Amino acid sequence: MASLKELSKRKEGLVAGHRLCAGCGEGIAVRQVLLAAPRPLVCAVATGCLEVSTTVYPYTSWNCSLIHTAFENAAATISGVEAAFEALKARRKIGEDFHFIAFGGDGATYDIGLQALSGALERRHRFLYVCLDNGAYMNTGIQRSGATPLGAWTTTTPVGKKEPGKLEWRKNLTAIAAAHDGTYVAQTTISHWKDLTQKVEKALSYNGPSFINILAPCPRGWRTKESQTVRIARLAVETCYWPLFEVENGKWQINFQPREKKPIEEWLKLQGRFKHLFKEENRPVIEKIQNYIDTEWEKLLALSSL
Amino acid sequence: MKWDVRRIREWKFYEHPQGATILEAGNSLYYQTGSWRTFRPVWIGEKCTHCLYCFIFCPDAAVKVSKEKIAGFDYEHCKGCGICATECPREAIEMVEEQRESDR
Amino acid sequence: MTAKKKVAAITANVACAYAMKQIDPDVVPAYPITPQTTIMEEFSNYVADGAVNTRLMRVESEHSAMSAAIGASAAGARVMTATSSQGLALMWEMLYIASALRLPIVMQNVNRALSAPINIHCDHSDSMGARDAGWIQLFSENAQEAYDNTIQAVKIAEDMRVRLPVMVLYDGFIVSHAIDRVELLDDEVVKDFIGDFKPVYSLLDVDNPVTVGPFDSLNGYYFEFKRMQEEVMRRAKSVIIKVGEEFMKVSGRSYGLFETYQIEDAEYVLVLLGSAAGTARVAVDNLRQQGIRIGLLKLRVFRPFPFEEIAKALNSAKIVAVLDRSISPGSQGGPVFQEVCSALYSFDCSPVIVNYIYGLGGREIELAHFFKVVSDLEDLSEKRSKESFVRYLNLRE
Repeated sequence: MASLKELSKRKEGLVAGHRLCAGCGEGIAVRQVLLAAPRPLVCAVATGCLEVSTTVYPYTSWNCSLIHTAFENAAATISGVEAAFEALKARRKIGEDFHFIAFGGDGATYDIGLQALSGALERRHRFLYVCLDNGAYMNTGIQRSGATPLGAWTTTTPVGKKEPGKLEWRKNLTAIAAAHDGTYVAQTTISHWKDLTQKVEKALSYNGPSFINILAPCPRGWRTKESQTVRIARLAVETCYWPLFEVENGKWQINFQPREKKPIEEWLKLQGRFKHLFKEENRPVIEKIQNYIDTEWEKLLALSSL
Repeated sequence: MKWDVRRIREWKFYEHPQGATILEAGNSLYYQTGSWRTFRPVWIGEKCTHCLYCFIFCPDAAVKVSKEKIAGFDYEHCKGCGICATECPREAIEMVEEQRESDR
Repeated sequence: MTAKKKVAAITANVACAYAMKQIDPDVVPAYPITPQTTIMEEFSNYVADGAVNTRLMRVESEHSAMSAAIGASAAGARVMTATSSQGLALMWEMLYIASALRLPIVMQNVNRALSAPINIHCDHSDSMGARDAGWIQLFSENAQEAYDNTIQAVKIAEDMRVRLPVMVLYDGFIVSHAIDRVELLDDEVVKDFIGDFKPVYSLLDVDNPVTVGPFDSLNGYYFEFKRMQEEVMRRAKSVIIKVGEEFMKVSGRSYGLFETYQIEDAEYVLVLLGSAAGTARVAVDNLRQQGIRIGLLKLRVFRPFPFEEIAKALNSAKIVAVLDRSISPGSQGGPVFQEVCSALYSFDCSPVIVNYIYGLGGREIELAHFFKVVSDLEDLSEKRSKESFVRYLNLRE
């Protein structure tokens, strides 16, 4: 497992000059993933912030080959690249061993691209799919997705007289990915760079499909200070909103157990998208969120003891 | 520069690469984002322990590292988000407001 | 010419699967849909037996099939796939991306009606809807043409002056599932004819990493790229002709932009594409025996549309009847009609031109219907009417 010193000597995968917002969690996540990834490497990216900010023709921030085709199909696209590699290797037209990574936001992964992801995992292509979860369609201007947490304000779940933000809980995509037997599956975030880079190394050494769900805070959509991105990611782990775990050969394992689980309020209060929950009438929503997180955490503890 | 795009605005439609393919990896380095900044990180060398947290948490790959040591910031690209200053365990990075030309 | 002809009694789908076996593409991502399915079943047998070295990807949708085809082609692989109807519709978004990225993917589309109501039988609405997607479109009348077009499509798509995807089209069930006489080329002949595939750029080029499919901002270059697609589509016409001539040398079968039958002195000319040409030819023979000067123009290449050549071929006719096997609600006639009108108008040609919509959802077209068309044309001719009209053949009206 590479140390920070070792990582700092590697070639950047995502170079400067990209146009992601200041303080963007995706920029941090992709840099960490690519620093950990062995070369040569081909990446695919779904339509979204990452794509439009890093490939503005004639400039690219990618230091490896990259393909973008559309929104819902990064997994299908990279599976085609991987199949081409296998075919050309079998015909001895390629000598090197390539690695393959697809990146998609939560909209591209939880929602519109779920089918393509499931298909590519089931077909067992040798690739890593990285979901950069910032909990809404940020590129189109902060609309609700299947990853948006309950109670969050978005532009399509506005806070009104009848509705206090999003009414439904987010779907558990990492568990959905884990339901594809024989897939290496992990959840991590940018504050825990060691956990993240180790998981990427493990995923790319795995002879089969893998999936990593990375929480990537979005200052613009979460209404947070740009400087707080990593801190907020860390708090998501410490409150158990975003537990760090992995599923390998069907075995669930928690990678970080907080000594003391912090109350979810500490995480919520830093984010403008939850501001309305702190009004007296919405207090029950916070309780509901806390209860849900507690239940999910207990479930995860039970799964990891199996 | 492997692929010279300095005069791209003048290219005729048939002079672009097939399918809008970008032919030079990592050429966004030629595109500067430093002007986005309102606060500038200033590195205080004597406080720094070279833990490299600022390097690994920078969204813009704008922390220069040379031989495992912090070597300052890439101000051509740093957008001034201040994550490095927040995450620095030794307060070795200070965010200082940029002076606009008109303020001088 | 091959010394000994290999002849088989097979369906177009089986013939196309055989062509694919001979082409031995690197990657084939595919999803089953009636009436395309038997191509992929047959091709799967070749894969299972090790008769090809292809990576066959049994993907979970046509959208993913075309997405994977694009990924594989951008990675430097020779890629083929096949679909029909709703499958083509689901690919829609990706069709435009395949052509804009200039990827020489070859796909059979077995023509079938689009829902609703769901109907598995032949018409051309699926591929006609995709006529602006930037793909070259080659129509085939029978199994022989479907086989020959599949092989030529690879060479056309991969020609350095073109580098565009090609759709090979033939009628669902009528052609796809009917057993026909097909002359097959030797494997070596096919291999030599198509040659090796060399990508212009490849994602798997270690020394030259590329970014494929970038973002174009406002004040960008989108317009230039679209203009370039139009330019290569124009260039494709001469390449299609040249490849047809080369194919003649190895097969003895002739292919151009379209095929004419008895049009030299014809007063009336029927224009159509696909399997109905067979019945039309018999109708022409019958009517000629009755002294009616009638001819047939069967289109092969719908994209790029051969405007100038069509105008020249139809210039001396008195009345042209265009038969469309698809409908374009709200427009003046079907897509073939519109293109032929545009060709005649642009080159200042004089024939009266009328349109018949026929065969939607697999509705039969028989000799009697062609006779009806010709009696209409005779009426029109007597009345010296310049009236253009759109009528329906074999519709309950």
